[in-house]
Amino acid sequence: MINTQKTKTPMPHQDAKLRINNFDEVALGYTVQQAQNEALRCLSCKNSPCTTGCPVNVDIKKFISQIVEGDFESAYQTIAKTNCLPAVCGRVCPQEIQCESKCVCGIKGQPVAIGRLERFVADWHAQRQTTQTSTCTKQKIAVVGSGPSGLACAGDLARLGYQVTVFEALHVLGGVLAYGIPQFRLPKEIVENEVENLKKLGVEFQTNVVIGKLFDVDELKNQGYSAIYLATGAGLPKFMNIPGEGLSGVYSANEYLTRINLMKAYLENSTTPILKGKKVCVVGGGNVAMDAARSALRMGSEVHVVYRRGEQELPARKEEIEHGKEEGLIFDFLTNPVKILGKDGFVVGMECVKMQLGQPDASGRRRPEEIPQSNFVIDCDLVIMALGTSPNPLLKNSTPNLQTDKWGCIVVDQNGQTSMENVYAGGDATTGSATVILAMSQGKLVAKSIDEKLKNQ
Amino acid sequence: MKLNQIVEKKQLNQVVYLMGIYNPAVANKAKAGQFVIFKHKESERIPLTIADCNSKMGIVYIVFQQAGVSTAILSRANVGEQLDHFAGPLGNATNFEKVKSACVVAGGVGAAIAYPIAKTLHSQNAKVDAILGFRSKNLVFFEEKFQTVADTHIVTDDGSYAQKGLVTYSLEQLLNTKQYDCVFVVGPLPMMKAVANLTKEYSVKTIASMNPIMIDGTGMCGGCRLTVDGKTKFACVDGPDFDAHKVDFDQLIARNKTYQQFERHAYDKYCNLLKK
Ligand SMILES: Cc1cc2nc3c(=O)[nH]c(=O)nc-3n(C[C@H](O)[C@H](O)[C@H](O)COP(=O)(O)OP(=O)(O)OC[C@H]3O[C@@H](n4cnc5c(N)ncnc54)[C@H](O)[C@@H]3O)c2cc1C
Ligand code: FES
Repeated sequence: MINTQKTKTPMPHQDAKLRINNFDEVALGYTVQQAQNEALRCLSCKNSPCTTGCPVNVDIKKFISQIVEGDFESAYQTIAKTNCLPAVCGRVCPQEIQCESKCVCGIKGQPVAIGRLERFVADWHAQRQTTQTSTCTKQKIAVVGSGPSGLACAGDLARLGYQVTVFEALHVLGGVLAYGIPQFRLPKEIVENEVENLKKLGVEFQTNVVIGKLFDVDELKNQGYSAIYLATGAGLPKFMNIPGEGLSGVYSANEYLTRINLMKAYLENSTTPILKGKKVCVVGGGNVAMDAARSALRMGSEVHVVYRRGEQELPARKEEIEHGKEEGLIFDFLTNPVKILGKDGFVVGMECVKMQLGQPDASGRRRPEEIPQSNFVIDCDLVIMALGTSPNPLLKNSTPNLQTDKWGCIVVDQNGQTSMENVYAGGDATTGSATVILAMSQGKLVAKSIDEKLKNQ
Repeated sequence: MKLNQIVEKKQLNQVVYLMGIYNPAVANKAKAGQFVIFKHKESERIPLTIADCNSKMGIVYIVFQQAGVSTAILSRANVGEQLDHFAGPLGNATNFEKVKSACVVAGGVGAAIAYPIAKTLHSQNAKVDAILGFRSKNLVFFEEKFQTVADTHIVTDDGSYAQKGLVTYSLEQLLNTKQYDCVFVVGPLPMMKAVANLTKEYSVKTIASMNPIMIDGTGMCGGCRLTVDGKTKFACVDGPDFDAHKVDFDQLIARNKTYQQFERHAYDKYCNLLKK
């Protein structure tokens, strides 16, 4: 019996007034009843359009029908066939442009809340999971970087019996999931849980190892690693190169978020400092900008999101924009900074210019153009630049034979193989900043390629 | 021995400590000018330049001045203890190519960072002068170590030992009589700025080892940025060495004061906690 409700079953949330005073998770997850109610909205379309919208083609119709049947563990296994990080993806995937955008229910009402159901199943499984182990006796594989791409590759290879070592530059595992995406959107326990599962599977983790500095790629080969997967992400922050960016009180979003997420600067007794602005301007409109802005709200600031295009063009996940609005973010659309103003070395304001949208550019989005003589100043004492990131050149600089393109992305073929023998790459390191699910799927692809290559040797 | 275990600890003066850390991979790889990032217990992630290495024994030596909470936590760690986190070697090695004669100028705890520079230059048969500046006699350290690799001149601010005055005074005298391929300078920012201004007058190439605030040390946060020749550079991946004549010292002096208030407060709190 199908539930004909036109809208998604509401997700319980922490109240906006309360949550801006803490870093606890905003969305609280479905109960069994809510999940089954939502699952009943699925029309079980014959051609499963939703699955075609999923970058890893999760069999969505099947896992939703298993929720209806109350067989949550089987639902988990269905997802896990192609997605090894469902608890993460259920929370951070941009479902509205992926699976849910294809849902037939979305034509006359809201699509089925596939992301919320995925999260429900993953959380259900996490609370009851039995430990999976594996005997790793095949060749040694090195994975560089412990973001979603590295974790996915390591997991698949360990399950196939390879001895996997993950090298991570930072002291904490998880990549962007650990240092970038805040606690209130993705609790760190979820990432830790995924890492623990991999450890039980037999994956070895070495933190504080910067490949390219401590060991280079050739040295890893000499240490007996038969294949190497480079999943080093795209961590290099961009700046605007406008006057005043060197002032105290100008952060990259990476720095601001790292201070908060990785170094826990929001806690009273943290030794890592962070400037708490009275009025903060976050420049940009993507997920990173939303995360920085909503973190700043929680640090007690008035927060403006300054974006050079309009509301329609905001690239962030819809849910984050809505949550941000509920929490009191102020959006200054069609506004672009030209100069940051300082006094005694600290930020006191940001000079901006008004923009208008012109003709569509190569990306199909209308190009923002400056309105002459529309300059004005926003008084503020903190500026956070969330303009995007590019791959870190550190690894490339120490690996001259590794081919990269003009944006610094590592060049790979359809199997994820780089210009170097038995060296593979994937995730943001090859695409520039993208999504968790794409990074993960490339990790899985490379695990397959490595197995194909090595199993006959 | 265990990884990242403290195998040696020596107090070089009231506030400066030397520690030997067991980490064979880092000891094997590190070159003069590179640094490590440590994090221990509740400390921040703090960069420290590598002062020396014993690759046979697998020991990395660091020298640090107890200045805030994080270095206070480190200074209280004892031989036998394992540091929680120790990553390196980071940054680029100092470039000594074609340097046949050089003057190494250091102030305070910078002497520790300058030592591997002088040692490397000496080992490639360069003529090396070293000028080490300290506030007063009881703060002088590494004098004998330097004497084995360089013609060493000590200056003290208060004249309580050797020559009274600032490093620039001695440097000017040497610049008047000698030709250097390069001057290397390590120390507090105002001192490096003064040295850069002086050597510019003499048109002597000068390399400064920069020490901005860092977090990751891998180019991910941009917190360590500074302006060199009008361009934004990240000290951790583009440096830490830069052409001293092109560095915007004033900007970095201001940036390094970003957390002054917080740090003083945190340090007082930490000291009070210890008293309890
Ligand atoms: C604030 C923020 C919010 C985001 N929100 C979303 C979202 O809502 N939804 C979504 O789908 N995507 C989101 N993204 C993008 C997503 O997080 C990334 O696409 C994804 O994490 C990329 O995974 P990765 O494994 O390729 O790289 P990363 O997660 O970047 O991991 C790379 C790891 O490699 C390590 N490393 C780098 N160089 C070396 C080296 N030389 N040696 C050893 N280790 C090294 C790094 O320290 C890092 O831990 C967000 C990104 C950010 C920054
Ligand atoms: S310390 Fe973070 S980029 Fe240099």
